[in-house]
Amino acid sequence: MSKPKIATTSLAGCFGCHMSLLDIDERILQLIELIDFDKSPIDDIKKIEGRCAVGLIEGGCCNEENVHVLQEFREHCDVLVSLGDCATMGGIPAMRNNIPLAECFDEAYLTGITVYNPSGQVPNDPDIPLILDKVYPAHEVVKIDYFLPGCPPSADAIWAAVTALLSGKPIELPYELLKYD
Amino acid sequence: MKFTIDGQEIEAKPGQTIMEAADAAGIYIPRLCAHSDLKPIGSCRVCTVIVDGRPQAACVKPVAEGMVVENETPELLEHRRNIIDMMFVEGNHFCMFCERSGNCELQAMAYRFGITAPQYPFQFPPKEVDASHPDVMLDHNRCIMCARCVRASQELDGKNVFQSIGRGFDRKIGVNGEKVLADTDMSVDDRSADVCPVGCIIKKRTAFKTPIGQRLYDHQPIGSDIEEGGHE
Ligand code: SF4
Ligand code: FES
Repeated sequence: MSKPKIATTSLAGCFGCHMSLLDIDERILQLIELIDFDKSPIDDIKKIEGRCAVGLIEGGCCNEENVHVLQEFREHCDVLVSLGDCATMGGIPAMRNNIPLAECFDEAYLTGITVYNPSGQVPNDPDIPLILDKVYPAHEVVKIDYFLPGCPPSADAIWAAVTALLSGKPIELPYELLKYD
Repeated sequence: MKFTIDGQEIEAKPGQTIMEAADAAGIYIPRLCAHSDLKPIGSCRVCTVIVDGRPQAACVKPVAEGMVVENETPELLEHRRNIIDMMFVEGNHFCMFCERSGNCELQAMAYRFGITAPQYPFQFPPKEVDASHPDVMLDHNRCIMCARCVRASQELDGKNVFQSIGRGFDRKIGVNGEKVLADTDMSVDDRSADVCPVGCIIKKRTAFKTPIGQRLYDHQPIGSDIEEGGHE
């Protein structure tokens, strides 16, 4: 029997949750016995192809490409998990959510004190994914089955969640593994 | 006098609130606006219990002989969880960089209820940070309008630094109306600087002193001290 697949992606996140995933240390050898990776920064597969048992979503949606990837994950994954605070509530990127988008662009490309931009151009190439009006938590875009908050969630929390899901059990984190920071 | 909570018989003194009697008996009723040094105002409704069939705030409702109180029912747990969820989406609670994280009563309440994500849409309301005072910071993003600071300033400090202003969704904590904290007689030694359950009132230069793993709610759910009977 072929092994179940896991896909992971980093949307509007900082890759911290993926670093925490790597923090499971030598348990990654056990994991590789249990599963194969589909699309993931870990194997650098760029597009989700097969049917996946579990999808781990780092980051919320800050642009249309994030939305696209998230929708593809929802289509291909039996169980979708919001991994970390950014996927769960927007996280640090969502700090822009109560500032008008034009002001954010001005600060980032024109008026910020560390900005050097003699041409005064604001990036607007059609190849750059269109930015959204605000950063959306993953579950405000597609249905999410489980949430693993934390910035990042600890390796132990990720391990507990993934092993529970692979054995068909619901995720039940002990008190000390549920953290928002 | 005697009454029951979830069928357990409790001994109470006349004049005690349900919450005080429950605390003394080692039964924890979740709470956010109540504080042991302040007069209760029954505003957050996290402490709602069912008293003889009717919902009541345990922090203000006095005990009466023979009262039948329900505390840990599935309906009440859901009701409390809903309130906690609303507080999270109605403010901007960025736990990952909050100085109070690990010692925050709102966060701890969410942990106790096993909340992994609020079930309502996030509002991301625009809020202000008042860093004008040399020693105390006021970050309105995190305020849950418990009015503990208002009461502590009046009842314990004999001052009137904080007031609740506005209505409904726009209600906020004001300092002398529309002024900033530096314009008030606020001192870092005031009790009002100590009672905030969240990271709204923060003493400057004290942040992140306690290492992760040693903070109040890192290992034990909020209310554990009461449930272990160490409270009178
Ligand atoms: S500032 Fe803190 S103590 Fe005052 S009302 Fe807001 S949450 Fe309560
Ligand atoms: S603790 Fe009783 S209403 Fe807030």
